[in-house]
Amino acid sequence: MDLSLVQPELLLALLAFVVLGADLLMGRGSSRAALGWVTVAGLVWVLWFSFEQTLLGALPGAVYRVDLYTHLFRGLIPLSSIFVVLLSMQYVTKRLKHPGEYYGLVVIATLAMVLMVGAGELITAYIALETLNFCLYVLASYDKPDLRSNEAGVKYIVLSALASALLLYGISFLYGITGATSYAAISGALATADPALAGGLTAALLLILAGLGFKLAAVPFHAWTPDVYEGAPTPVTALIAVGSKTAAFALVIRLFGEALGPVAGLWQPAMALLAVASMTYGNLVAIQQTNVKRLLAYSSISQVGYLLLALAVLSESTAAAALVHLAGYAVTNLTAFACVIAYQNHTGKEDLDGFAGMAERAPLLAFGMAVALFSLAGMPLFAGFVTKFYLFIAVAQNGALWLGLVGIAVVNSMISLYYYLKVLKAAYIGAPAQGGRIAIGPVLSLTVVALVLLVFAVGLYPYPLAAIVGAATDALRFRF
Amino acid sequence: MPTTSLNAPLLSILLATPFIIAVALFFVPSRSRTAIHWLSIAGATVMLLLSVAVFLAFQPAAGGFQLDERYAWLPQLGITLHLATDGIAAPLVLLTGVVIFCGTLVSLKMTHRPKDYFILLFTLVGGVYGTFLSLDLFFLFFFYEIAVLPMYLLIGVWGSSTDFGTFLRTKEYGAMKLTLVLVAGSIPVWVAIIATFLQSGLGSMDLPVLAQATYSRDFQLVFYPMFMIGFGILAGLFPFHTWSPDGHVAAPTAVSMLHAGVLMKLGAFGIIRVGMLLMPEGAAAWAPVLLVLATVNVVYGALSALGQTDLKYVIGYSSVSHMGYVLMGFASMSIVGLNGAVLQMVSHGIMTALFFTLVGVVYDQAHTRLIASFGGLAQKSKFVAVMFAIAGFASLGLPGLSGFVAEFLIFVGLFERYPLFGALGIAGAATTAVYILRLMATAFFGPANPRWATLHGPNRSETLAAVILCASIFAVGLFPSLLMPAISVGVASLMSTVLGAG
Repeated sequence: MDLSLVQPELLLALLAFVVLGADLLMGRGSSRAALGWVTVAGLVWVLWFSFEQTLLGALPGAVYRVDLYTHLFRGLIPLSSIFVVLLSMQYVTKRLKHPGEYYGLVVIATLAMVLMVGAGELITAYIALETLNFCLYVLASYDKPDLRSNEAGVKYIVLSALASALLLYGISFLYGITGATSYAAISGALATADPALAGGLTAALLLILAGLGFKLAAVPFHAWTPDVYEGAPTPVTALIAVGSKTAAFALVIRLFGEALGPVAGLWQPAMALLAVASMTYGNLVAIQQTNVKRLLAYSSISQVGYLLLALAVLSESTAAAALVHLAGYAVTNLTAFACVIAYQNHTGKEDLDGFAGMAERAPLLAFGMAVALFSLAGMPLFAGFVTKFYLFIAVAQNGALWLGLVGIAVVNSMISLYYYLKVLKAAYIGAPAQGGRIAIGPVLSLTVVALVLLVFAVGLYPYPLAAIVGAATDALRFRF
Repeated sequence: MPTTSLNAPLLSILLATPFIIAVALFFVPSRSRTAIHWLSIAGATVMLLLSVAVFLAFQPAAGGFQLDERYAWLPQLGITLHLATDGIAAPLVLLTGVVIFCGTLVSLKMTHRPKDYFILLFTLVGGVYGTFLSLDLFFLFFFYEIAVLPMYLLIGVWGSSTDFGTFLRTKEYGAMKLTLVLVAGSIPVWVAIIATFLQSGLGSMDLPVLAQATYSRDFQLVFYPMFMIGFGILAGLFPFHTWSPDGHVAAPTAVSMLHAGVLMKLGAFGIIRVGMLLMPEGAAAWAPVLLVLATVNVVYGALSALGQTDLKYVIGYSSVSHMGYVLMGFASMSIVGLNGAVLQMVSHGIMTALFFTLVGVVYDQAHTRLIASFGGLAQKSKFVAVMFAIAGFASLGLPGLSGFVAEFLIFVGLFERYPLFGALGIAGAATTAVYILRLMATAFFGPANPRWATLHGPNRSETLAAVILCASIFAVGLFPSLLMPAISVGVASLMSTVLGAG
């Protein structure tokens, strides 16, 4: 077996052990601030290595496929993890214990996310997903003295275990019907499946959709999201909101397009339903939130709705549009979390009242927040406008019904502006209750600036991103 | 499509200027007030000069779209940054240049976070220029939304609340209402753009290309009203106009000037540039509805202005009424009426900017705008009184001033086919005379209120702004031939499409 194909993945595993090992060898009293930098350097190195790596192919039995699609996420996922680690360092030093395990778990989670994308077979995909989940359980409850963090961890484990059970049950049904676990073999078997099996197949698909819907935080499988987003340490929330969501979408696109395409008629309506429910419910509930992390949780539920709309009419073109939007959403959301984290580190505030006067106290963070929120609302100059436009056109291409659903999405997108403006109202119009200027430190400042520039870059010239993503989705072997 | 052989890409330079100034301001430390002021004034001056240059570079004799520029942007969706100007856009670009220059002059006394203010103001102007100059449907909408984007903060941070005694209309309320209503207007536009792009099947967002495609009558009947209502909301179309008085009153002076003076024109411009050009059959079919709504705008807006007790609300409702004339001109579907409508856009833009400048001068000192509390203001500042009178006379359509020519053309266009509505329009103009004259009698003449003994006239930059705007009112009124050749050429080429299809 030629393992050079998966060198970047092996390097990620190695990095995790390096970080954990270094932590072990360091003395009891020594400062572990350097571990964050070791992680960043290691991830940059892996990223660089992935760029240089041009080998394409598959591991025996196509359990793991390295195509341009996997390759794209070998770039995007470690990149988002680099940002998460950069955002974590100050937070970890100030609030958390055991930095070694923290960074080690982030790296293992990164590896798991990459594996989810490349998996060409159900068991591999499931194991990758579970690896990610285990890392996130621990990370979500990392702030031990904080009860909310403990609650987040417990809630996440219990609900996620249920979702995993549903997913496994669905996979077993699917295996019973097709006798295969590899995506290619499943789609082959489904194309010639006995129509009498439609009932069992529908059950299998709904179970799989429910299990993955949990991971995506789609309504009605979203119940964990607000509590986990609020309770988890904020950099971990960013990891869940950005990295884990990106990987889950990538997995869903590959699984449903490559394996379940021949029975698209069975899962399309369900997915469209999830899409409309998610975007509408997420937006309406977000309006009432006063905690910014909870608000971002509900906003992310609605964003999932837009993406699921594209997945409901899955094709090469909608997959490309969804990924362009997903990439734009990732940088935008990272920007929002970067500002929340930096502000929180110095004020301890994460509710709307606490954000009052942010523009006076930390102009850069207020500006970053404005950029991120306008982008989430789909306003021009920022990533959100053009990526949503791209997404909506790709969906509407499928006929009048889908144009109508896009109409619902547009209405939702405009509703969302209302609660984003509430945050900006606090930040820009509200007077600060106390405290003067905040110095947020060079690392966070530069990270925020870099992220803001990325949001503008996607919004002002999306061509490079669209071209790269287009090449990646062309590599998918969709079969309908 | 004839193109002028100019070496400099004039339009992209003009379009880039406000954004470059906004970015440059970002790097000026917020304590250096002087640097911020000079940079803003320099930027506004450059924009004014470039606007004049664009207007002069447009050659009415050649017609069509001129100063054409294209830059590839996103070929996957057929989007190019395609800039060009025609006889309709050129005068509006000129108007924008004049209003932003005067708006910057008026804003110089701003002391609260001037840096953030000017960054947002110039972003807004960039959106305005972009909308007028884009010949690509995507970019037209892109810039259109940019023009709405900064409004919430501009009003919320720098605006003013109105105390009605029994209740308070806060600036936050005005800001949120304006933003949400305008953004709601974008919903049908967004959907209609996607539908048009897909229906054309040409894979291009280019407006002239999209205009080549044929859209079935049914398609036009469904999607034209989406453009008409969606863009119409920004033009103050009844019954979606209520954001306008609340928003414009709450906004700081320069933002009111720009928003009522120029931004409302973006809505009207969108109806003809996108709606009528792409869907002439739909436009013809829906014209009667637009006509009725626009007439309500004129009459109801004027009657509402009559009932206001706040100086700025009078101007706010008068804008609603005057934008009604523009929409009536569109609805007449006649060449004369459309010529009048486009001229009215320019005329109303100038006079409403002058109105808001003067109201700003009074409010910034008095901190109230209740008409009843004033009296004899003319004794305090003859200049303000005279200027207000000129703007008022232009607004009620006195010959020799800008409003007369525009409204006259609109009425001529209407009487050809809809004499009743023409008559109602004239009744609206008569009502305008009543509220303007009554306002002047109460606030500017009559016994002087001793409370305002310390009130004084405008400062130097405000005076300059008022003089420029006033001169423009006379220029358009006395020499409409400055603008009309361009406008009539632009309207003629639009109407050849519309009438050809109808």
